[in-house]
Amino acid sequence: MPRRIVVTGLGAVTPVGVGAGELWEALKAGRSGISPIASFDASSFPVRIAGEIHDFDTDPWMTPKEVKRTDRATHFALAAAKQAWEDAGDPSVDHARTGVLFSTGIGGLGSLLQQHKVYLEKGADRVSPFMVPMLMPNAAAGHVAMAFGFTGPNMCITTACAAGAHAIGEASVLIRDGRADVCIAGGTEASILELTVAGFAQMQALSRRNDDPERASRPFDRDRDGFVLAEGAGAIVLEEAEHAVARGARIYAEVAGYGASADAYHITAPEPEGLGAIQAMQACLEDAGEPADAVDYINAHGTSTQLNDASETRAIKKALGDHARRVAISSTKSMTGHMLGAAGAVEGAVSALVVHDGVIPPTINYQHQDEDCDLDYVPNEARRADVRLALSNSFGFGGQNATLAFRRWEA
Amino acid sequence: MDMAELQDKVCAILADNLSVPEDKVTPQSRFQEDLDADSLDLVEAVLALEEEFGVTIPEEEMEGVTTVGQAIKLVATKLGVAA
Repeated sequence: MPRRIVVTGLGAVTPVGVGAGELWEALKAGRSGISPIASFDASSFPVRIAGEIHDFDTDPWMTPKEVKRTDRATHFALAAAKQAWEDAGDPSVDHARTGVLFSTGIGGLGSLLQQHKVYLEKGADRVSPFMVPMLMPNAAAGHVAMAFGFTGPNMCITTACAAGAHAIGEASVLIRDGRADVCIAGGTEASILELTVAGFAQMQALSRRNDDPERASRPFDRDRDGFVLAEGAGAIVLEEAEHAVARGARIYAEVAGYGASADAYHITAPEPEGLGAIQAMQACLEDAGEPADAVDYINAHGTSTQLNDASETRAIKKALGDHARRVAISSTKSMTGHMLGAAGAVEGAVSALVVHDGVIPPTINYQHQDEDCDLDYVPNEARRADVRLALSNSFGFGGQNATLAFRRWEA
Repeated sequence: MDMAELQDKVCAILADNLSVPEDKVTPQSRFQEDLDADSLDLVEAVLALEEEFGVTIPEEEMEGVTTVGQAIKLVATKLGVAA
């Protein structure tokens, strides 16, 4: 009998709420977290909106010295990880058998840029000795391990917008293979910075609906014009099922399957037919031992770019066949914006909640059907539904794809 | 600036930089044991002192500096402040 993996704790720091509870309430209510950029003067930028976390309070999670010595991405990660652990009931675990996989797309770019400025203005001998440990993408995973003393496998997977999903998937494989019994898996991102906004804008990847921020992220809608950059973190406590049952843990869902693939096509554009995405979804279903028509819900990657939403729709149709017309699909990025390396982790948490609570959050801002996007995107209003099996799709720049399957826990 | 003023100023800068309460930082304080400052913290703290006082403190001069008092003396020498 292979080892099974369950979700027992959730944590989130997002533009729509801090804590999985706040996130979940906001998503069910269809609330947008997108607003004019406040962290820098964006008035001369073509893109002036983002999903920022305003006035993030580090006090509950970190000492002032820790705050100063770490990047904002690590602040979010520590907050989400500590929430998730508390939500799991602060279990007593074997530290050597507990791992941490915490992903990011970009890492501590803000800290790098700050020190680059110091270097240019004041010279090499004024650069902070903390620059390197603050900017490295694996910093968050290291800090989460230190916060709890977990000495099991510890890694950071950097696969852009799929990074958070890969963390959950690979953590579940570690547990299944017996390399760990418990893992905190997550993703974090804090890269709403002048340079990143400029760079993503140059790619024509971002929505320019500056005058209507809350309606800018509109996945699958005909008038979508790009994604909205956002920041945040998500964390999930994964546990070997018997370990969780033995301690009487609340189980949100089982991580039943995981599929990973590459487009091997273009560094940023998705393969138009969605071949990589199809492969990831099919591998995930096979891993879960489930037929395509068992899928009740898909938390789509759904970025609100013309290319992604059309190719993802084609991929779902190919992967699920006729059943694609019956499955409920929503993109919670319509509310949170795109948290890049954190997105997959937050959306994994959301998918576990969908299975546990039987409510599907909507795709907000859905007004006009696009001929390339003609499935059920759960437009604008949350829906009660009996969801036994949910998929969560994440596709990264680089062509890396991950699909996770969350199934109602049945012993 | 006299020695007393310099001492107060260095202690205040170190307290801020190392995120410890100001009353915890005295000339007797040992960086590692009393102020929980590791080698990277010490480099960062020296950068703050250099910035504040407009002096340069080469690494080799920091060797053997383990207390706040020693750091104050180093800065005092650079600034020509008499003990």
